Amino acid sequence: MTALTIQLSGVSKHFAGIRALEGVDFACHSGSIHAILGENGAGKSTLIKIMSGVLQPDSGTMAINGAPVRFASPTEAAAAGIVCIFQELSLIPDLSVADNISLATPPRRFGLIDRRAQRRRAEELLARIKCEDVDPNATVRELSLSRRQMVEIAKALGKEPRVLILDEATSALTSRDVETVYHLLVELKEQNVASLFISHRMQEVKRLCDTLSVFRNGQHVETFARGARSDGEIVRLMVGREVDAQFPPKPERPRRPAHLSIRDLSWENRLNGVSLDIGKGEIVGLGGLDGQGQKELLLALFGVLRGLRGSVTLAGRPGAPASPAQAKTGAMRIALVPEDRKTEGLMLPMSIADNLLVGCYDRVSNGPFIDQARARQAVAEGIAKLGIKVGRPEDAVATLSGGNQQKVVIAKWLMTDPQVILLNDPTRGIDVGTKQELYRLMRELADEGKAILFYSTDYAELIGCCDRVAVMYGGAVIAELEGEAISEEAIVAASLNVDTRTAAHDAPVGAVAAAAVGA
Amino acid sequence: MNARPSPVLAGVRHNPGFAIALVLFGALYLVYNMMHPRGFSGAVLIQNVNESVAIVFLAMAQTVPVLMGGLDLSVGAIMTLTNCIASELVIGTPGQIAFGMAATLASGTAFGLMNGLIVVYGRLQPIIATLATGAIAMGLALFIRPKPGGRVDDDISWALTNDLYELVATYGWFDADAGWFQPVAWIPVPLIILVVIAFGVWLPFRRTVTGRTIYAIGSAEGAAFMSGLPIERAKIAAFTLAGFFASCGGLYLAIQTSSGNADITQAGAYTLNSIAAVVIGGTSLLGGVGGAIGSLVGALILRVISFYFRILSIDPLLQPLVEGVVLLTAVSLGVFRTLQVKNRLDLFR
Amino acid sequence: MTLAIASLKPEDKPVVLASAFVLVILLVGTVYTLATQGTAPLLSPQYLVQQLQTGSFLGIAAAGMMVVILLGHIDLSIPWTMTAAAMMATTVGGDMAIPVGIAVGVAVGLFNGIGVAYLRIPSMIFTLGVDSVMRGLMVAHTGGFAPQDAATPLMRFFAAERVLGVPVAIFVWLAVSVVIAVMLRRTAFGRAVYATGNREAAAYLSGIRTRLVILGAFVVCGICAALAGVLLAGYSAKAYQGMGTPFLLPAIAAVVIGGTRILGGQGRYVGTLIGVVLIVLLNSVLSIMQMPEAGRQVIYGSVIIGMLLVYGRGARVTS
Repeated sequence: MTALTIQLSGVSKHFAGIRALEGVDFACHSGSIHAILGENGAGKSTLIKIMSGVLQPDSGTMAINGAPVRFASPTEAAAAGIVCIFQELSLIPDLSVADNISLATPPRRFGLIDRRAQRRRAEELLARIKCEDVDPNATVRELSLSRRQMVEIAKALGKEPRVLILDEATSALTSRDVETVYHLLVELKEQNVASLFISHRMQEVKRLCDTLSVFRNGQHVETFARGARSDGEIVRLMVGREVDAQFPPKPERPRRPAHLSIRDLSWENRLNGVSLDIGKGEIVGLGGLDGQGQKELLLALFGVLRGLRGSVTLAGRPGAPASPAQAKTGAMRIALVPEDRKTEGLMLPMSIADNLLVGCYDRVSNGPFIDQARARQAVAEGIAKLGIKVGRPEDAVATLSGGNQQKVVIAKWLMTDPQVILLNDPTRGIDVGTKQELYRLMRELADEGKAILFYSTDYAELIGCCDRVAVMYGGAVIAELEGEAISEEAIVAASLNVDTRTAAHDAPVGAVAAAAVGA
Repeated sequence: MNARPSPVLAGVRHNPGFAIALVLFGALYLVYNMMHPRGFSGAVLIQNVNESVAIVFLAMAQTVPVLMGGLDLSVGAIMTLTNCIASELVIGTPGQIAFGMAATLASGTAFGLMNGLIVVYGRLQPIIATLATGAIAMGLALFIRPKPGGRVDDDISWALTNDLYELVATYGWFDADAGWFQPVAWIPVPLIILVVIAFGVWLPFRRTVTGRTIYAIGSAEGAAFMSGLPIERAKIAAFTLAGFFASCGGLYLAIQTSSGNADITQAGAYTLNSIAAVVIGGTSLLGGVGGAIGSLVGALILRVISFYFRILSIDPLLQPLVEGVVLLTAVSLGVFRTLQVKNRLDLFR
Repeated sequence: MTLAIASLKPEDKPVVLASAFVLVILLVGTVYTLATQGTAPLLSPQYLVQQLQTGSFLGIAAAGMMVVILLGHIDLSIPWTMTAAAMMATTVGGDMAIPVGIAVGVAVGLFNGIGVAYLRIPSMIFTLGVDSVMRGLMVAHTGGFAPQDAATPLMRFFAAERVLGVPVAIFVWLAVSVVIAVMLRRTAFGRAVYATGNREAAAYLSGIRTRLVILGAFVVCGICAALAGVLLAGYSAKAYQGMGTPFLLPAIAAVVIGGTRILGGQGRYVGTLIGVVLIVLLNSVLSIMQMPEAGRQVIYGSVIIGMLLVYGRGARVTS
């Protein structure tokens, strides 16, 4: 295969005023395995989505061997040889493995899909990644997650990529399959294919990749050859951002007795024995990379998940609520500010007043009828307490800015006067000014004696706001940091599950055993 | 190489509903023939098939939008409309008859195409859009045939609703009493029509990228889009194909009854039964799983149940009750999946 | 004019457009009658009141249907709920006639609600099946013939008689309208209906018992359908097979034309009211024009599609 270089110049991408990529210059070359590293929100996903045609850049250009290209869809990118294996699987669960591997461009005979040829093709591709055990006639739904991921890889290989992008493609695989994928990548490298590899596992990256690029805050920080930087230096490159928010001072207080106590909480394969205590007046942060069970933990405490194992004790009383309706009523009340405010937090076309009152109609009603005066007063209080900037409470909540929408969600929950507040990444996509107001509010609420569990993908927030940070990995809390020990390096290192001491001592890259691979 | 389960077995594993339906139909029909005084005879078979053709076609029509996760409430009305058109046109010289049949099928197909265009480009919900276009189809049918009546060419009517022997004898293609012909002479013509259209139209369609896209939309629309499948084309094709199958039903109904009848109640009942047949035949209402052949079997099961009313001398007035109970039972079978959901937020997606 | 429409709130736009269409219907009908007969019956109060009397049954059924559609669901069992309620009421007769009829509606609503909210079977299919079961039960009950029992005097009073020159049926419709409108605007249940219809996940996470809300909405719809059926039997002096069937499509049409989103969450009761008036007047004008059933069906279908396309286009521009 001929040599190939993809060059991105000055690529920027914004989502609703939030920058995802800013002036990125980036290149990758055939015959290389190129790692992309960065924290949550560093812009890695946006980068690969632009390269593979899912998104189009706001500005800047992309060129293959110097010729400018612009992809309107993943299909066009694939035609140019750029194929991406996404984290969210692109397989159709009810179609067979063979159908999926040749989904949009199947082999045909007399204009109809040639099933025999399609099956042969699937068998060949699966054999190439040592997945002979996968039946091409089986539907994808029947396969385990790791087998599905392998089929996804086979599907990508079938497009004969010149550039193969793997976004966390190994995270769901068994260790045997991980080895197979490693061999495959090396094989592709020999065939002069460029592989872009996104992974949060440092060992994997160090073992496999010849080139590493670090992204931070939507910008390309540095690209260097393997071995040129130590683990510690890499972590610092990923972290070193300007602090763009002011946090209220943390009070000096002894650790509180546990108010909410979680022991060995497990659910499906997403939570694997979480144990955590939260005291009254305490803000406990949940850290770690995305998808390590943080969201599931919050949902479990709020009564959304069925089939929980382990125990939850709230103010001495055992048992998690059975439903959100139960969580918000009774003597001990829990509130949850959910992950996606547009689909889970708000009824966007409804008015601000309706959204504020939706959780507490029982508090402003006489029998079945809503007391208009009390409802108006409650709305006015909620708006005043959080300083929500509204025209009229009757306006649709969709007309507010993101920050004010989030304030509506929080104000809604404060109306039920909860003792425990669960926050799922509440500052995502909102402006700095509102963020600071929310930080102050959190501290005020804690000072009032509420117990707060705060999940954030922004480490700076966790450091600035929290009395304690619990870092989750693989569905369990693997580290608890407190006081001075809460530092960005410590959180990142724990999130990546690398040994903090090794990272701190600048051990040479490669010396760390690849033992954690496939964990 | 390790031994692979055959594709047939894989299919059974993936869609047990179809296999269950097939076995159920076999058992029901066998017992029916054993209980029938003239069971296992050609005459009974011909009568049974004739009574089943229209609902089988409608069930196949309903299958296509359902596979996509939608619903077409106009199939009964399209069938009625084409029934009335055929009762006007399928008569005269052989050329006129051929034209009439083609025009009947074309008008139903065009109506389906219109449904598809309204749903895709008007961005209306399939349910409400087809509810409204169904009313339009009924209106057009009433324009053509305000009172039941009309006529269809007698030869066609006789030849297509009997066995092969009568078909050959009616048109005198060759000596129908020839010895070599006897082994197949008993086969009912409507059965052949059903098999030819079901296997000649549906199976090839399933093996096109458009057909595959219909399954993909019902299974995971987002993934279908990411994979570059032609989503709008498939949606339009689904409603068009539904219109075609419904017009096959309407045409056959005209040939069988030699008349057209714009009966609103009957159209509604056919639509309801088509949905029931689809569900019984193993097609998921959420889309993605199933197929028109399953719906064919599902429709046959519904019909055999109604045959039992006759031989067991059950009051035919109970038929809607039984149909409703069968439908409710069939849709309730999928409930255990709902009760097993571990994350309650998944219920709302 | 276009500017004025564009600046309307999305919820108000269908109400204004539907009202304008009502005026157009009146105008066209009057021009037609003036041209052919030289009179303008459409503008006489007696004629209008008489039309509204026959429209009140549709209006009551549509009020219940609206509550279900606000949830993003639909109730296709209305036809035989109406018929069953009417038949049971006339069969029982006496003082218990109306309560028994309403009880039929409650039972059907509960059954629908359990299927849709708890078993999570698509409402479209489940209520279709329930409709068929009800039809089967009623056909079996009556042997397929119109029952001989007559409506009770009380049913006749509510449906066919007049007080102060105004048909009582209109008062009943008004009372139902006030109850539904107050329920939707001024009760926690009503607001929960909107919240659940907008985004069930968000409503659930806000601590609303969404399954109970869905169940309640189907019960309301069942009660309304039953009441409409009982009144219709009073108006016709007896119950008969298929008496509810002509009400299903117009009820859905009235709700949708009145601006209620078929996917739920948006819509004002006044819109449904205007939608019913629109359909009733459309019917009157068509019958004055002696339009055959064929033309009515086509016009119904076209009006629904046409108005939805107009509303939909507006929504796309503003979003």
